[in-house]
This record gives sequence, C-alpha cells and structure tokens, in this order.
Amino acid sequence: MATKEKIDVPVMADLFAKGKKPDYLFWVGCAGAFDDRYKKVARAFAKILNHLNISYAVLGKEESCTGDPARRAGNEMLFQMQALTNIEVLNGYEVKNILTICPHCYNIFKNEYPDLEGHYNVINYTEFLKDQIDKGSLKISSDIFKNNKITYHDPCYLGRANKIYEAPRKVLENIPSVKVEMDRNRSFALCCGAGGAQMFKEAEKGEKEVFIERTEDALKTGADIIATACPFCMTMMSDGLKYKNKEEEIKNFDIAELIAQSLDL
Amino acid sequence: MIPNILFVIVLIATISIFSKKVRSISRNIKLGKKLEIKDNKSKRWKLMTRVAIGQSKMTTRPIPALLHLFVYVGFIIVNFEMLEILIDGIFGTHRVFSFVGDNYKILISAFEIFGLAVMFGCLIFLVRRNVIRLKRFWNSEMTAWPRSDANIILITELFLMSAILIMNATDGILQTRPHTHFIEVGSFLISSFIQPLFVGMSDENLMFIERFCWWFHIVGVFAFLNYIPYSKHFHVFLAFPNVFYSKLEPKGKMANMPSITKEVKSMLNESAEVQAGEEEELGQFGAKDVRDFTWKNLMDAYTCTECGRCTSSCPANITGKKLSPRKVVMDLRDRVEYLGKQIKINGTDFTDDKSLLNQITTEELWACTTCNACTEECPVNIDPVSIILDMRRYLVMELASAPSEINGIFSNIENNGAPWQFSPEDRLLWTE
Repeated sequence: MATKEKIDVPVMADLFAKGKKPDYLFWVGCAGAFDDRYKKVARAFAKILNHLNISYAVLGKEESCTGDPARRAGNEMLFQMQALTNIEVLNGYEVKNILTICPHCYNIFKNEYPDLEGHYNVINYTEFLKDQIDKGSLKISSDIFKNNKITYHDPCYLGRANKIYEAPRKVLENIPSVKVEMDRNRSFALCCGAGGAQMFKEAEKGEKEVFIERTEDALKTGADIIATACPFCMTMMSDGLKYKNKEEEIKNFDIAELIAQSLDL
Repeated sequence: MIPNILFVIVLIATISIFSKKVRSISRNIKLGKKLEIKDNKSKRWKLMTRVAIGQSKMTTRPIPALLHLFVYVGFIIVNFEMLEILIDGIFGTHRVFSFVGDNYKILISAFEIFGLAVMFGCLIFLVRRNVIRLKRFWNSEMTAWPRSDANIILITELFLMSAILIMNATDGILQTRPHTHFIEVGSFLISSFIQPLFVGMSDENLMFIERFCWWFHIVGVFAFLNYIPYSKHFHVFLAFPNVFYSKLEPKGKMANMPSITKEVKSMLNESAEVQAGEEEELGQFGAKDVRDFTWKNLMDAYTCTECGRCTSSCPANITGKKLSPRKVVMDLRDRVEYLGKQIKINGTDFTDDKSLLNQITTEELWACTTCNACTEECPVNIDPVSIILDMRRYLVMELASAPSEINGIFSNIENNGAPWQFSPEDRLLWTE
C-alpha cells in the first residue's frame, strides 16, 4: 500500500480560472473529506481517476454536505438550504456529470435534487468503474488478492434504494480472488445500521446492535475481506470486526481501495 | 316463491350494508391530504398486473406464496360458481348452468379441485399461525384481535368450502334417486369421495342437508363479505388500487416539501423576498395525525394484511428494537378508523387531544435506518418509511424534538457544512 504522499487532485475553481471545464465533478462527500478511514477511499478513487487520465475536478472548500442526514432526520429546512446552496455552486460551474463514492450523496443528487431544479447526470463510482472495465480502459493484471476470499456488503442506498446490485459485483469479479455471498444479499441484504442519520446517534435500546448482526452475516461466509461501497457501511463493518476481535484476520476495504491496490496505485 | 323473496332480501341487505361500509372507508381515506397521482398510467397498469394480480412479490417466500396462490386462485374461481348460486337464488332455478351439458360436470369438478386447494391452504395457514407459531404472527403488535381476525378468516373459508363440497355430494346422490327434481349432471370429482357418508340417508334428510348447505354457504358468503371491511382481509380489494397508486420512483427518493422550498428560497435570496402581505400560511410541517398524511398513506394503512414481512426484515426489529413497520401501519389504520367514527358522530371538524404520536413513540420513529427492507418486502407495496419520515419531520420542525446527537449534526451542517465538526477549510486535507 502506498504511504501518505500528496496526490494531485484538480480543484474546480482553479480549472475554471484557467478557462478549463472538466468532464466530471468528483463529489468527495463529507466522509471522504473528514473521516480518517474513509479519506483513504477518496484517495484510492482519485488515484484511479488519475491513472485513467479522466478529466475531473473536486469542489474542495466549496463542497458542502448534500443535506442527506438532515433530511432523513426530519430537518427539511436545513436540507433544502444545503441543497439550494449546492445547486447554485454546481450550476455556477456548469456541472453536468457528478461522480460519487458515497451512496447517500448519489441517491440525493440523483433522486432528490431534481425536485429543486438540480439536474445532473449522477454516476456512482461502481458503475463508473464497471464501464471503464467494459471499455477496456481499466485492466487489472496483478493478482495480489488471489488468495483472499471477498464478500460484498450491499449498501441500502445503492441496492434497494437504487437497484444497483450488479455493478459492484462485476467490478469485484475483475479482481482475481474468491468471491462469496452472504445469505442475505442484494435486495435481501441487511442494513449496516447507519442509514437515515443513525450513523450520528446511539441506537435505540434493543437486544443487539444492527452492525453486529450484519458482521456476523459476513463472518459466516468465511471471507477474509469485507468489501463495502459506502462510508457509513465501512464504519459499521469495521466496528463490527473490532467488536468481534477479528480486525487482524479480516479486513474491510472499499471497492475503490481493492481496485487501486490491484493497480498498484 | 318464499325462498326467492327471502334470498333477494338478504342479497339487497348484504350489498347495501357492504357498500355503506366501503363508502365510509373511502371517506376516511379522503381525510388524507391531496396528492395527484395521474402519471405513467401504462406503467401503473403493468405494475398492478405483476405485483397485485400476479403476486410477484410473494415469491420470495415460496411456501406461503404457493399456499396463498391456492387460496387466491380458488377464491376467484369459486366466485364463478357464486354466479350460478346467485341466479339460482333469485329465480328459484337449480344448477342453472347445467344447460352446458357434459362440460358442466367438468366445470364444477374443476371448481371443487380449487375449493379443495383453498381448504388445504387455509389448514396449513392455521397450523403456521397457531401450532408452529411463526414469529412474525406473534410479534407484540399481534395482540388478541389481529390474531383472532386471521383465524376467523381462515376458519370461515374452511366452512364455506366444506358446505359446497357437502352440497355437491348430496346433490350427486339425489340425482340418482327417483321422484326427486334434481337435474342429472353426474357426481363431481372431489365431492364424490365424501358421498359414502350420505348414501344411506333418506331423500328428505339428503334434501335438507343439500338445502341447508346451499343456504349456509350463500348466507355465509354474504356475512363474510360484510366482515371483510372490518378485517385485514380487506386487502383482497385494496391490494389492486394500492399497488396501482404506489411509488414508481426509486425507493431511495424522499418526497419533496415545496412549501419549504419557497421559504428557503426567500431566505437565501433577498431579492425574491416575499412581500409581507403575500406571505402564505405555511401550515404545519410533517405529520402527527391522520389528516397530515396523504390519502395514499391512509390507503396503505387500510390495505395492510398484517403479514409482517416488513417487520421480519426490519434491521431495527430483528435486533430487538421497538420499531415494527407493521405496527406503524396498523396504528395509523386504527387511528383513521377511530377518527372516522368520531367524525361521523361529531362532524367533520372533530379533533381530540390525542394524535398518532400517542400510539407511535419517538423511540420507534428514531430507530428507522431508512433501509427500505420493509418497502422491498411488502407484497402490496405499502410504504412505512414515508410514514416514519413524515413523523420525524413533525418531531423536528414542529416540536424541535430530536435526540441530542441529531441536534448536534444539524448545527454542524448549518455551521460547517458537514455533519462532523470540521472546518470547510480542511476539505482538501485528504489529498495530502
């Protein structure tokens, strides 16, 4: 794995000042910007974009929360303030294509911003990677995971919310390794427990934490890598592995990290 | 003549009582907020054909799907026989369809096969509910009444089908007896197996049993029809419109609140500030009671058949939290029924000092992860998530009541544009 070095990530305002307009906006999301673990996922995806010579930029300091947790926690006012402000920024840069790594950002841009006149072509990174593989631009030659068993956890906001079940699996198929499914997968997948603003609060009283129940699903497969595609799922599954004292034998990686590592980026 | 008149009176009474109750349910559903659903007609017809008529969402659990198919198809097929019974009852004829000749025997035998399938389905369902006691039929919201309701439906269907079989069996014997007026159409496939029970009986006794079963069946059907609107069994009617009007957009999409957009736009853009005089009444945000939900939410509530697939797949419920999507839907339905009744007595403006929040606690509302497992599971496309989220909107925007951590993310998002307390200035640190 690459040690910490500065990666070259183009910023929208800089490109615009030079009169340039990138093809894609890479929406990093709050977790990509601030969550220590998930920052590595943002880095991995940016490295992939650089590797593929994609014309893209990030908003950097001009990016702000999409409003998803606020809306799902009932604060419509705050959500719409965020959304309308973001739409102004996005339209100011004439953004057409948005690439997201976070499924919650993906869902809200794709399904909810249009109600507020924010119309964009929104692409989830798993779909994007699948297209790059199909086109032949993304080729994986290394087999560093060939001895690993990978199980994929469907994030609710990609899966049930938007019916993206196969793109992430197709991407994983391109990484030489053994793939196993949890009993509850695709539309039956159990939530990690963090959606709908749960991420930011203690769970209600119960017999068990949802993330432990889901981690047990993953452990049952015998996999040694849990692949996730959502920052909240990553926090939850990583916590689950810690809770089960399994973080040494079993790793939790995002699909972007698995691809970046396979490309030796 | 007397039986005909009696029959017509019972028939008219049945239809008028039934339509009165259906009208009152329809009025109750209209207590909900207006919502125009007129888009994508052809898509909606297809969806209804697949999900409601074709029962596509049942197939994820194959055993109950198959048993339910028996009961459902049987129910529809046996209704053709009902048509004959109605004509016979009104005009005093006997087996009026027998003019079709040899095919009649085949037809009724086919009905009997379906009738037997219904009985088989109902029996196994009773065992699943009462002997095996599947967990989803015994959750805490499955109190005495919902449990009895299910059993009443299943036992009634068993009795109704038995009556038809006994009627056909005795009819078959009577056809062979001289001096009876029974038209010779032959014995039927299934009921002929129980004929040995009756062969020794006199003509009079057989005729009594045959007539008794005929009346028992038809009066039973009429009574059952009038029971249905008070029961979870109402899904046999509402499943179709409920699926037709269900959400076509991706499950992840939350309904917008245009009233807030206006407000926010005027806050963000001073030039578009609303003149003092033009300011509209904003009304209440979110939902705390029946009238705050859309009519579709209320139709959802009346359509629920309490199968509990939603609850059995809910991550919160699976891990022992209080939230149960089925309970949310049932609470809403019970509240609509109650309010509807009170409105009938006290007039359209009736309110009491209670709301749905008396039934659904904040603990339940905050336990939802919006994962949509419940909406994915529901065989009749009920959307419990939208009920929960509309209630959260009320809690937050009207009562300013949210868990303290949630208030924390609100202020973080407002002040630094992220749910965590980091400065927007640091948004590029991940690249370093």
